[in-house]
Amino acid sequence: MANIMIRKNEAGGLVFYLPKRDLEDNIDSIEFDSPEKWGGELKLASGGTYYIEPQLAPARLPVSVRAKRVDAPE
Amino acid sequence: MSNLTREETESLIQEVLEVYPEKARKDRAKHLAINDQSIEQSKKCITSNRKSLPGVMTIRGCAYAGSRGVVWGPVKDMIHISHGPVGCGQYSRAGRRNYYVGTTGVNTFAEMNFTSDFQEKDIVFGGDKKLAKIMNEIEQLFPLNKGITVQSECPIGLIGDDIEAVSKKAAKELNKVVVPVRCEGFRGVSQSLGHHIANDAVRDWVLSNRDGKHFESTPYDVTIIGDYNIGGDAWASRIFLEEMGLRVIAQWSGDGTIAEMENTPKAKLNLLHCYRSMNYISRHMEEKYGIPWMEYNFFGPTKIEESLRRIAAFFDDSIKEGAERVIAKYKPMMEAVIAKYKPRLQGKRVMLYIGGLRPRHVIGAYEDLGMEVVGTGYEFGHNDDYDRTIKEMGNATLLYDDVTGFELEEFVKRIKPDLVGSGIKEKYIYQKMGIPFRQMHSWDYSGPYHGYDGFAIFARDMDMTLNNPCWGKQTPPWKVQKPADEAVKAAA
Repeated sequence: MANIMIRKNEAGGLVFYLPKRDLEDNIDSIEFDSPEKWGGELKLASGGTYYIEPQLAPARLPVSVRAKRVDAPE
Repeated sequence: MSNLTREETESLIQEVLEVYPEKARKDRAKHLAINDQSIEQSKKCITSNRKSLPGVMTIRGCAYAGSRGVVWGPVKDMIHISHGPVGCGQYSRAGRRNYYVGTTGVNTFAEMNFTSDFQEKDIVFGGDKKLAKIMNEIEQLFPLNKGITVQSECPIGLIGDDIEAVSKKAAKELNKVVVPVRCEGFRGVSQSLGHHIANDAVRDWVLSNRDGKHFESTPYDVTIIGDYNIGGDAWASRIFLEEMGLRVIAQWSGDGTIAEMENTPKAKLNLLHCYRSMNYISRHMEEKYGIPWMEYNFFGPTKIEESLRRIAAFFDDSIKEGAERVIAKYKPMMEAVIAKYKPRLQGKRVMLYIGGLRPRHVIGAYEDLGMEVVGTGYEFGHNDDYDRTIKEMGNATLLYDDVTGFELEEFVKRIKPDLVGSGIKEKYIYQKMGIPFRQMHSWDYSGPYHGYDGFAIFARDMDMTLNNPCWGKQTPPWKVQKPADEAVKAAA
């Protein structure tokens, strides 16, 4: 489990940031993206996958959440 | 010498690595790379932010240097106690030329060294009492200080002093901000972690101090974050941000004050210059206060124009007009600078090895002058720095992370750049090798280099260094091969 921060970039896409490793990457897809259920598996542009517990969508981004590394190329 | 091809660069790296023992060679190979613009993520080609190998000559600093020297040091109206033995503070004092306005020793203190001067007995019995005493002395001697930071040196962490408790107590007694910073030098692999720790200290002890208090704000409030005002850089940037209609409410931390830092959460946009040392706090403010942040680059007219338009895009039309007005106003001045220096500098090749943001940011300024950067590297960069660098650099140019003294020397010998830009420890080596050199950490005692005014100085300095007549006088007169008829004349 690691703390990650999800923010919006200038183009409007989601960006994944893992402070511990200074890993910054675009999020290609998020499993659940509705106001009631938000989260699930995050697919990163690098090919990695992280999982965040589905939850209520945050009122605003950026938001810090706990994430689990499912599969990352490094 | 013409530029190396990809294969030549590859063989150069292999050749340089040959002298190392096998284990070291394997490790260092990961830190040297050939730039390939098609790569999106730097970690595929270069490893960074790893511990330096024992035995090699690295030019990295420590966490204390990152916090006391870089982030906290320039905050001018606070007193920064170098808590521990005297040397750390004394040998790093005032070396970075963070300019500020004020009377040193009366209401500003950035150039001074305050230390608790640890002795054996403090190590044995702990230094908390001494720290409390020092804070009282500071209050009596320098009553105009606006706060104190405690910058820990290595022994504090080793003996486990509770500087937080002392600071909290002192803050209550003095009714001032007292910030304990756990930036012991042994933490992390370079000064980079010191920046992070310092940012966290700002977050925990300073940023929320004025939450909920009234602030007379305008829609155009911005802050300059991560500009250390080296040689006046932040002033050169601020001047035209204000010209385009923005109000700069805080400057971190060059010529900065604690009041400005406390007011930062009231801004509408954080302008981030040094990404490496202050992105942490910008990200925090984005999350907590919803303030967007943006990296900008004020080196060279091309990048300034780009940055100004991107800054203006955050605001309404009056600012957008302001940006165009500023760009138009300085255009003739910039054209004159380029017309004067470009013919003298055209086609010259530069190798850089610096820290923070410069290895990628100054590339634009060199390109404006018709020069080319053929190698660049960070002392303490992370992956995200290299992500941003790859796009700026040409294909098949050299990237080196935490390069050792030996490697850089060998690279320079082979690539033969016309100019090397690095720190003071490299300066005299390369000058003795006959290669023009600029000390790019504090602009070789010149500056400012940021902004329009800075670019004129930058261009002049590069010309002064490269076209200095001394480079033609490398061979002593008695070894100069004179043309034959001249030799005869001298004999007669």
